[in-house]
Amino acid sequence: MMDADNRPFAIRHYSPAQLREALKRMYLIRRFEEGAEDSYTRGMIHGTMHLSIGQEASAMATCMELTDDDKITSNHRGHGHCIAKGADVGRMFAEFFGKETGYCHGRGGSMHIADVKTGNLGANGIVGGGLPIAVGAALSAKRLGKSDVTVCFFGDGANNEGAFHESLNIASVWKLPVIFVCENNGYGMSTSTARSTAVPHIAQRAAAYAMPGTTVDGNDFSAVSEALHIAIARARAGDGPSLVENLTYRWRGHSKSDRNRYRTKEEIEAWMAKDPIARFRAELIAHGVLDEAGADAIASQAVADVQKGIEFAKASAAPDLSEVTRYVYAEAAL
Amino acid sequence: MNVQSNPVTASDTNARVLSYAEAIREAMAIAMQADPTVILMGEDIGVYGGAFQVTLDLIDRFGPERVMDTPISELGGAGVAVGAALTGLKPIFEFQFSDFAMLAMEQIVNQAAKLRYMLGGEAAVPVVFRMPSGSGTGAAAQHSQSIEAWFGHVPGLKVLQPSTPEDAKGMLLAALADPDPVMIFEHKLLYKTKGHVPEGSYLTPIGKALVRRTGSDLTIVAGSIMLHRALEAAEKLATDGINVEVIDLRSIRPIDRDTILTSVRKTGKLLVVYEGVKAYGVGAEISAMVAESDAFDYLDAPILRLGAADAPVPYNPDLERASVPQVDTIEAAARRLVRREV
Ligand SMILES: Cc1ncc(C[n+]2csc(CCOP(=O)(O)OP(=O)(O)O)c2C)c(N)n1
Ligand SMILES: [Mg+2]
Repeated sequence: MMDADNRPFAIRHYSPAQLREALKRMYLIRRFEEGAEDSYTRGMIHGTMHLSIGQEASAMATCMELTDDDKITSNHRGHGHCIAKGADVGRMFAEFFGKETGYCHGRGGSMHIADVKTGNLGANGIVGGGLPIAVGAALSAKRLGKSDVTVCFFGDGANNEGAFHESLNIASVWKLPVIFVCENNGYGMSTSTARSTAVPHIAQRAAAYAMPGTTVDGNDFSAVSEALHIAIARARAGDGPSLVENLTYRWRGHSKSDRNRYRTKEEIEAWMAKDPIARFRAELIAHGVLDEAGADAIASQAVADVQKGIEFAKASAAPDLSEVTRYVYAEAAL
Repeated sequence: MNVQSNPVTASDTNARVLSYAEAIREAMAIAMQADPTVILMGEDIGVYGGAFQVTLDLIDRFGPERVMDTPISELGGAGVAVGAALTGLKPIFEFQFSDFAMLAMEQIVNQAAKLRYMLGGEAAVPVVFRMPSGSGTGAAAQHSQSIEAWFGHVPGLKVLQPSTPEDAKGMLLAALADPDPVMIFEHKLLYKTKGHVPEGSYLTPIGKALVRRTGSDLTIVAGSIMLHRALEAAEKLATDGINVEVIDLRSIRPIDRDTILTSVRKTGKLLVVYEGVKAYGVGAEISAMVAESDAFDYLDAPILRLGAADAPVPYNPDLERASVPQVDTIEAAARRLVRREV
């Protein structure tokens, strides 16, 4: 919401340095994913990947008030979450290239990207897989007497898994400090929410589990950060979980094998015109947080960071083939 | 691909060439044409055509009432298929990846497999589960598993593993004709492979293994993609005068005891190759079956198993490749076995 001077929440609430860093990380997410896409085309990345281009405000604004002690669980579309939570793009590229210096030592790849040290408990190959885990992390915080919160990222498609419903119910009855963040991009793979989900908005599901549910424009950085500010405060105060639904859109196909037969060109272009990064940048300039030159400098820095990251990853060593079974169990126990 | 065709249909010499995916699609279309109670259910099987394009255009031919995109709800979706099968429909339920069947274990194992028995034979669950499986696609630990042996442990289920387009079609039609729940593990790397496929409807018998290559020195039992690797290894071994008999397992439950034991009695050596984790797998069952039979007396070397490493499937492509049997590892194991260096 705007104040009397027409300043949105984020501009009032965060310092210019924080806002500039947020813009930087949003650019970094975009350039990272473009770099990953390009590396994939060149055959440097194996398998598949799910790009979040177009959803950067949702990832970044959600993580604004999280510290490294706060946890997130992420999903298959998790590159943005990982960078927003503070990961280093060099180690991310290294993981995508299957290198030992990668966050998962080359064992996980894009779909399992994680950075446990910055509180990212991992992307997930299983739709809905992270939901109960987030509730468990919130249980730990509560029992161990910490003020940490857990943010659980998931998609609109995941809200039809049993794990979603069981997790929200448990979190509510145990009043746990977890925020369920649904990134509703309108589709689970090819299936629209209208065809898969009995309610028009995922946030309506919150009523069934007696927690607050809010739907926001997920491409509006400020709106997302405000919704999370409220939900995080509630969680830290011990008042229990919330559900926040960020309405957004993925510009790219679901994965590398999507032929886009279920969306129109017009729909995709209409959403591309609502670029969350361009919008946030314009907002920061309009409110005097930075000028065009300052924004351009931030954008170029992201390009340089990505280039450096790719170089680091390329130069890194691959895992030793004799270590296929390493990390299956704790080393000391063997 | 160098695979001897199925003697049941080998007379059909003018058979067309189709891919494994096309053969499965053709089976579904034939069944849907012939029987209005056959329906397809699964995630993104409609306009998307399925994650591996197996259902491709079936929605255009049969409409969304019969080619049903489910929400991302494996437990619910598979369970609805079980309930529909119990009451007059014949659903073919596609798990997008076989790994996701773990979200539906309750309905598969506690319900579908047991209903007929628990109800004293008064009920039937003629459901078919399609299970795209296996490694080699870089999809890492949660999208690359080979879990067929898990279901071999469940009485009430039938578990199949086609290695050729011809069998992929015939097994799906046989599964539909079968009054009990059948799970068909389709290998993702085989979808684009081609082979002769007879026209029209035919049933590949459930529970029958097939000798794909005859030999006298050693028996290799392998299914799915491992059959092809075993055949390739056998060709190489043949150049050194080692004659390998290669059996396509095809059916994990029921298992074709006779074909395997007959071969072992002839060759006296057995190597079982499978993509699932070696421990507690298909190889354990087959080895024990031989050890418990008269064929044991014919063995002149220990039985060998080759399976996946004792780890989840890794992402890195070289690690991934190293984690499951390949042509060279099969060849090396066979050589050790004939030299009795085990
Ligand atoms: C249990 C399970 N079912 C299905 C899939 C295949 N799959 C991966 S992502 C996806 C769509 C998820 O949609 P949503 O939750 O809306 O996230 P989005 O991809 O839109 O970001 C599907 C069906 C999976 N990985 N896990
Ligand atoms: Mg979605």
